[in-house]
Amino acid sequence: MAGKTLYDKLWDTHLVRENPDGSALLYIDRHLLHEVTSPQAFEGLRLAGRKPWRIDANLATADHNVPTTSVERQGGIAAIADPVSRIQVQTLDDNCAQYGILEYQMNDRRQGIVHVIGPEQGATLPGMTLVCGDSHTSTHGAFGALAHGIGTSEVEHVLATQCLIAQKMQNLLVRIEGELAPGVTAKDMVLAVIGRIGTAGGTGHALEFAGSAVRSLSMEGRMTLCNMAIEAGARVGLIAVDGQTIEYVRGRPLAPTGALWEQAVASWQQLHSDADAHFDKVVEIAAAEIKPQVSWGTSPEMVLPIDGRIPDPDAERDPRRRESIVRALEYMGLRAHQPVTEIRLDRVFIGSCTNSRIEDLRAAAAIARGRKVAASVKQALVVPGSMPVKEQAEREGLDRIFRDAGFEWREPGCSMCLAMNADRLEAGEHCASTSNRNFEGRQGAGGRTHLVSPAMAAAAAVTGHFVDVRTLEATS
Amino acid sequence: MKAFVRHEGLVAPLDRANVDTDQIIPKQFLKSIRRTGFGANLFDEWRYLDAGEPGQDCTQRPLNPDFVLNQARYQGASILLARENFGCGSSREHAPWALEEYGFRAIIAPSFADIFFNNCFKNGLLPIILEGNIVNDLFEEALASPGYRLTIDLERQQVLRRDGGELPFTVDAFRKHCLLHGLDEIGLTLEHAAEISAFEQRHRQTHPWLFRSESASG
Repeated sequence: MAGKTLYDKLWDTHLVRENPDGSALLYIDRHLLHEVTSPQAFEGLRLAGRKPWRIDANLATADHNVPTTSVERQGGIAAIADPVSRIQVQTLDDNCAQYGILEYQMNDRRQGIVHVIGPEQGATLPGMTLVCGDSHTSTHGAFGALAHGIGTSEVEHVLATQCLIAQKMQNLLVRIEGELAPGVTAKDMVLAVIGRIGTAGGTGHALEFAGSAVRSLSMEGRMTLCNMAIEAGARVGLIAVDGQTIEYVRGRPLAPTGALWEQAVASWQQLHSDADAHFDKVVEIAAAEIKPQVSWGTSPEMVLPIDGRIPDPDAERDPRRRESIVRALEYMGLRAHQPVTEIRLDRVFIGSCTNSRIEDLRAAAAIARGRKVAASVKQALVVPGSMPVKEQAEREGLDRIFRDAGFEWREPGCSMCLAMNADRLEAGEHCASTSNRNFEGRQGAGGRTHLVSPAMAAAAAVTGHFVDVRTLEATS
Repeated sequence: MKAFVRHEGLVAPLDRANVDTDQIIPKQFLKSIRRTGFGANLFDEWRYLDAGEPGQDCTQRPLNPDFVLNQARYQGASILLARENFGCGSSREHAPWALEEYGFRAIIAPSFADIFFNNCFKNGLLPIILEGNIVNDLFEEALASPGYRLTIDLERQQVLRRDGGELPFTVDAFRKHCLLHGLDEIGLTLEHAAEISAFEQRHRQTHPWLFRSESASG
């Protein structure tokens, strides 16, 4: 009998029942909540007269539309200028208070983007099932956890039953072997993967990242990889547990301690795909061939290496793909054959659940140090992923480096990744963004997003256009 | 949830691949804490010429005449014909809420993104996967003949053309059952509450570190 994949193991460990029709009930160990996709779920619970099944499995924080300026933040919820956002943040507080759910409120020292704080606080543990009403929940798969986004009806379902009705996915392995070139990061790896397999390449699959280049990544880098599995269509991203995973978790506030820790670690050692496990699909990529990436279009698969040129729709034979390229060129205000390095930026955003962790800020600061944001760039924002990340960065003096260079240093939240708060692009503006989606209007109606790594975003900020970060000397 | 048994309706073709949920319902409308009120903002950035903000009277906004749903021949459409990877991106269930409230009961496409596909079934909206070449034919037929309608028979798992042609589709048995009867999934799951409790107890013994109790004040 063939061995099991990591996904198979996690599935088996959490299987409550299998129905004859193939659907299954999966037990959920951890449920993360935020203000945007939970209010209707709590309302549904109340209307049906139901109670949460297991309060201590839930953890909430406000991130999606909290303001990021310190003036608004200092005033608390009452100071949120947008009345609709204010009601939503207040509603999360009210719901958590009503049911006794642990919440890191807007100005709590543990608050932050839900996918940053889970691992940071040790709420995310290897081997668990973890869901959240947010598609980037795939991030937590970096810990060998079965983690994925769910809709609001499922948020209500998990609250009420501690289970999810699930269908087993197929297994996809993306193996990245070899060494990354200096200046090339996890973000470039995952953009290259999406460019290769497409935004639907992982649909219906749990995507496990493996190979020496993946094992060499820090936990922050692994989270960046798994975070964007959903951009390749895969709800679930996964990476096997190793010593680094365990060291990251050790000592986190919610992580087990003492004998329980020893017992947990023994169990976590099993969290890898067996050598003879069967994958339905395997993709192999050589790490050495990956260059810094820049997305040029309106889908994460529309991505190029920094030395690339904008594609020519006439060279595309498939009529619908051609039409997509034409439409993207028009929306992005770009022309065929234009070098990527000619794209000039109006704004720069360093943040989001993809790239707002301490390592990301260090990489960006190494480029920003001693340089100035180009005069043509209207705004360059740095939004740390959480309060602890912000404090750590300030201890290291990164905030001063950014401020001295002309970046704005903000309070934690999702910010310009999806522009639900006041941080957004104006129509026609180009933005170098470390976030995860370059969809039309994602960062503001008519806004033009280019997805890049933190170092590439910082390099674009100081030069005013895209540039191969490897040609700029890091001064850290 | 509204049951779905058989539906006959006007077809609107949306000829774009990779339509993401940010397009289906832009983020500024996600601030609502209700489940309703999203239909008027479905495809907001394509549908209107001005910038959409929550709380507007959408009947007074300038429509984009080029957008397919604004054309006279597609008024009252209840079946959306779409392209590959429909519903990709954000997990927002506001997307199926908006589609359903606008009046769609079914979406036909060659493929859907997983989370969106799943969310549809929770809201009485039936996503149907048909092969790419069949979807191409349907696009041609819909564009060529104003008033083009299809019938969807969920019980028999067939899309019926007016000429009597039948296009079979597959659907997961459990989802079909729930949709046909408009069932409350939470209620169904809670029928297995004893089994869930028993599992939880075993799981607590084998994985005790997953059951550390944290107080809300902690």
